[in-house]
Amino acid sequence: MDLGSILQYLVSGLTVGSTYGLTALGFTIIFNATRVINFAQGEFVMLGGMLAVFFAGALNLGVFPAVLLAVSCTTLVGVCMERLTIRPVQGANVVNIIIITIGVSIFIRGVVMLFLGKDTFSLPPFFGTEALEFFGAMIIPQSIWILLITMLVLVGLRTYFNKTIFGKAMLACSFEQKAAHLVGISVDRMIMLSFAISALVGSIGGVILTPITLTSYDVGIMLGLKGFAACILGGLGNPFGAAAGGLIIGVLESFGAGFISSAYKDAFAFIILLVILFVKPSGIFGRADIERV
Amino acid sequence: MGGKQNIISLAVFIVVAAGFPWILPSEYYISILILSGITAIAVVGLNLLLGFAGQISLGHAAFFGISAYTSAILTTNYGFPVLAGIICGIFLSAIVAFLIGMPALKLKALSLAMATLGFGLIVYIFMNETITLTGGPSGFVGIPRFNIMGYDFYSDLAYYYLVASSLTVVIIISLNLINSRAGRALKAIHSSENAARVMGINVHRYKLFVFVLSAVFAALAGGLYAHYLSFVAPSAFGFHASLQLIVMAILGGMSSVWGGVIGALFLTSMPEFLRIYEELETILYGLILILCMMFMPQGLAGGLGKLAGYVSGKLFRRGLK
Repeated sequence: MDLGSILQYLVSGLTVGSTYGLTALGFTIIFNATRVINFAQGEFVMLGGMLAVFFAGALNLGVFPAVLLAVSCTTLVGVCMERLTIRPVQGANVVNIIIITIGVSIFIRGVVMLFLGKDTFSLPPFFGTEALEFFGAMIIPQSIWILLITMLVLVGLRTYFNKTIFGKAMLACSFEQKAAHLVGISVDRMIMLSFAISALVGSIGGVILTPITLTSYDVGIMLGLKGFAACILGGLGNPFGAAAGGLIIGVLESFGAGFISSAYKDAFAFIILLVILFVKPSGIFGRADIERV
Repeated sequence: MGGKQNIISLAVFIVVAAGFPWILPSEYYISILILSGITAIAVVGLNLLLGFAGQISLGHAAFFGISAYTSAILTTNYGFPVLAGIICGIFLSAIVAFLIGMPALKLKALSLAMATLGFGLIVYIFMNETITLTGGPSGFVGIPRFNIMGYDFYSDLAYYYLVASSLTVVIIISLNLINSRAGRALKAIHSSENAARVMGINVHRYKLFVFVLSAVFAALAGGLYAHYLSFVAPSAFGFHASLQLIVMAILGGMSSVWGGVIGALFLTSMPEFLRIYEELETILYGLILILCMMFMPQGLAGGLGKLAGYVSGKLFRRGLK
């Protein structure tokens, strides 16, 4: 267990963990606005990767235009999802809305399977393929890109929520919808915006990971699960806890794969997760909630 | 059991279940019915947990799978009688449910969902990786058909009646439970844990009880499943299967035992009918799920109940004229 391999596992864990974190961020944003866990979140991540592959390959665009187009299309899908399936049933039971999001995720998967097929696809890396050596660990440039872009998204969101009027309005909705409504915030629009942002963030997570891990129509399920695990681990409702939770799960998995066995890497991550939940039910960064009777 | 309505519903169910094979044209439909019935046993159990006690489990397929594998391995590799195998499977599932439920049921809502989900995934991964024991991803073959005291349930018709009577027993137990002291305690826990606690209900013990009971039903279903198909593979017991069970319970209607039965029948048979659309199958499945939930918030059982009320209202009014 030398420094080089520890560093290697750490970097690959952070790389995959970034996508988990961005997925978890998407979950959190929708949860805060609607109290619903959006099971289609993983499909946004999948759509980001698959559409980028499609635009880059079939339409013969370069990597960057394809990525941009994929991310904007997925954002549009998020908006359509809210308009067509969530807004008409406003005020319905949360459990029912969760089942609707499961339906949407099956639907999206079906559409992608129909038009893009069941094959596994890859995307060329954004810049450079030459691995850099760093204290005995080999780091591919895409990893650095992933970490950079994730940082950028986090900083962007932070500014959005703290500095802009829309961001503050969304925060207000997550605290108390009725009060937000009373001060003139359009709660409907904020919910739509939350779907747009979480689709955007999710698809970015999907698209940056695709050059490393390949993609297919069904990767959304597992990525969605990991993202959900990450936001519970970080303390549900706390966006930056969610991102940190994603990184932790990524690193746990990577060390599990490296030092225990790659077959049991997911089991290892989930066992740790269960232990943490049993010890601290509100998640690592979550406040223990005080229930009002 | 309480309530004339329940007894009437039960009588109708028994008549319909007994008569079903006579009106269906082929063996193929009977096999769909058998699988629906097996799934319904698990869903009715899950509904007790979800609809009545208000606790979620996203890992219920694990209990289904643990029992299916235990019974399969004991009967095939160690020559146990099938009934003994199934009973061992149920016991093991109950013990596992007890051990995992102890810490997990202290968690609330989504944390509980995560804990059970994680548990389900861990079991799934072990089923895939312990290849010498379970056969790994390619599955476990050569499981004997269900037999008892020398009678083999070789024909699908016989197996159908076995499953239908097991389901009937499960339904009777559930109806009895709901209208008992324990059932009322569970409903109280659902509406407010604190209020229930103040009333002197041992919240944790009741939650654990219903969790283990629902795992036992799932395990019974798992045993019947393994000895029907004579083949089990981990893919039937993964996250997707757990999610499917939840969807069936909610889509069927959480507020009644019958919801679970209707949900299981509907969602098990629907893919068979959608199969003719081939590539559109998944899309249609998703679409139907979305539309049902948007337009029937009370689930299929609620929707059917409303329809029945509407029809009888029309008839009644017409009768008055």
